[in-house]
Amino acid sequence: MIVNFIDYLRDRLQTVIYCCYGVMTFIVIWSLSVDTSHAHTWAEKMIPGFWSLFGLTSCAIVIMVARWFGKSGIQTREDYYDN
Amino acid sequence: MTISFIHPAFIMILGAVLLPFVRGPFRKPFMFLVPLLTFIDVLYLSQHPGTYGVYQFMDWELTFGRVDRLSMIFGFIMALMAIIGTIYGMHVEDEWQHIAAWFYVAGSLGAIYAADYIVLFLFWEMMAFASTFLIWARKDEEALAAGYRYILVHTFGGVVLLIGFVLRYQATGDLSFVQLNVDSPELYTWLIMIGLMLNAAVPPLHSWLPDAYSKATAAGAVFMCAFTTKTAVYTLIRSCSGFDVLIYLGIIMAIYGIIYAIMENDVRKLLGWEIVSQVGYMITAIGIGTALAVNGAAAHAFAHILYKGLLFMAAGAVLHATGKQKFTQLGGLYKKMPATFIFMLIGGLAVSGLPLMSGFVTKSMIISAAFEEHILWAGFALILVSAGTFLVAGLRLPYLLFFSENNCSEETWEKAKDPSWNMTLAMAIAGFLCIFIGCYLPFLYNMLPNTEIAYHPYGSYHLSETLQIMAFTGLAFFLLRKYVMPKNTISLDLDWFYRKGGRAFLWTVQNPLQWFDTAVGKAYKVVGISSLMTTSAFWSWFDWNVIDGIVDGIARCVRAIGRRTTLVLQRGQIQQTIYYTVSFAAVILIAYVWL
Repeated sequence: MIVNFIDYLRDRLQTVIYCCYGVMTFIVIWSLSVDTSHAHTWAEKMIPGFWSLFGLTSCAIVIMVARWFGKSGIQTREDYYDN
Repeated sequence: MTISFIHPAFIMILGAVLLPFVRGPFRKPFMFLVPLLTFIDVLYLSQHPGTYGVYQFMDWELTFGRVDRLSMIFGFIMALMAIIGTIYGMHVEDEWQHIAAWFYVAGSLGAIYAADYIVLFLFWEMMAFASTFLIWARKDEEALAAGYRYILVHTFGGVVLLIGFVLRYQATGDLSFVQLNVDSPELYTWLIMIGLMLNAAVPPLHSWLPDAYSKATAAGAVFMCAFTTKTAVYTLIRSCSGFDVLIYLGIIMAIYGIIYAIMENDVRKLLGWEIVSQVGYMITAIGIGTALAVNGAAAHAFAHILYKGLLFMAAGAVLHATGKQKFTQLGGLYKKMPATFIFMLIGGLAVSGLPLMSGFVTKSMIISAAFEEHILWAGFALILVSAGTFLVAGLRLPYLLFFSENNCSEETWEKAKDPSWNMTLAMAIAGFLCIFIGCYLPFLYNMLPNTEIAYHPYGSYHLSETLQIMAFTGLAFFLLRKYVMPKNTISLDLDWFYRKGGRAFLWTVQNPLQWFDTAVGKAYKVVGISSLMTTSAFWSWFDWNVIDGIVDGIARCVRAIGRRTTLVLQRGQIQQTIYYTVSFAAVILIAYVWL
């Protein structure tokens, strides 16, 4: 059952991707209408969709830092300790 | 009212000792019963807070049972996890694994209820030694080496803790395990903190965790991921709340763990790095030290044990079925292991803090505490890490294991299947609780240590914040996914120093020291041997002629006396022999009484 459902979605991958974009747009639009009185800083009140930007950039930063860090010599061959 | 106090750790230890004698059809019910009884005992104690099990030992008063709100919540989750972990490992035939696991749980429960450093130390070491056997139980060369590294690192931590509390005892004459004065820390405050911190895997003392947890047995890792670090979190809450340095260490830890998790190719090592990152939240909260932060640390530890246990169980199911735990040897498994996929997804989403899941209602408490104390950088850093967590555990992990490119060999693909009933049941219980905690707040919130705090996670602003972060993290993953693909690499970490340092020591022993030893040997041969030969020739002559002469003389003498005695006393007639013996005994007896 689970497998069939996943296969059903995979066969319509493009539709699923569009649906995800739709959900994201909805979340951003909804966030504009949310009461910001519980915000932690002024930046969240001033910048619309602050957390969307924050999420996107955080994730990109984390990925790129890990990539750079790994390439700087931290990632090495698997038998490094075995010689 | 006095209540009868049975220490929960005692039940686990007794169970572990009796386990080898319970065989056949009784084994499985017994294995279910022991952690269940422990859990019931913990529940019973929670109804009766107080101090129990106080014993006088030499000059010290040892307290085994301090039952207050903080020890209650940790005792509760540890005992619950013992049930789940035991169910998960029920199919394992090797009884030593179960015995080690139960001693390990007993160590954790003992440390949680301990109210002085001696008892704490006793159980602390019990945990370290018992858990080492869960690594060794895997029985391959890598696991053996990792086990040795693990026990060495923990022994070091234990010694630091020991020195810390002995210095404190010397300075204050006090052994009670209570909040330290963190505003003006002494040397011993630092040492105690470092000793406890090592078990919580706080950098730079963290490398043992991913190293050991990835090498343990499938069932062993489920236990390990729950007990060591969270018991350490408990002890740090108890002793070091509000210690500023922990805020910095916690944030470093949270970020460091996530960066390494992204680079990781080994499924269980990735989960190990995730633990480092998540415990970073708790350590930050302990550093902040306000009532809300402490509640957050306890709540997050509670939720963390369940979802991390679930993730390790799902990863263990893959390992158990296929024998592989590298992304580059797996992939596309949803077709073969759909139930495992669902459980891993639940665990991954719970750790990411999706609304209606356990992570959402606990992690946010810590972030709110940071913002309330106006430590904005810490708050933002933790939110950044929560985006990273979703990326690693909610997206990368399930994607690479269950979708992505199929890297399985034909044999691996054949072997892959959903696990047995007991493993599925354990995952179902943990999965249910991950969702239940997120949906029904009073279950967890009523157990938290500080009762005066009211916290409401389901505000519309918080919901919109979380959903935006998760949605756009998903987008970033979708766009940048080619950069997080697994590679056949390992990542160097601070364990490089002791792993390579150990090699340097070995090299020193094998090369310069060996050369010196050989040189001494050669010199000795030339100079020493001839003088030794002369000396030994003399002693040989002396021995033959003088010593042997005396010894032989005495021997001849004794033989002669013996022969005479035999002729007189032992004529081969039993009556006479008895007569002489009894007379002799009577003479001795009378002499004794007379004198």
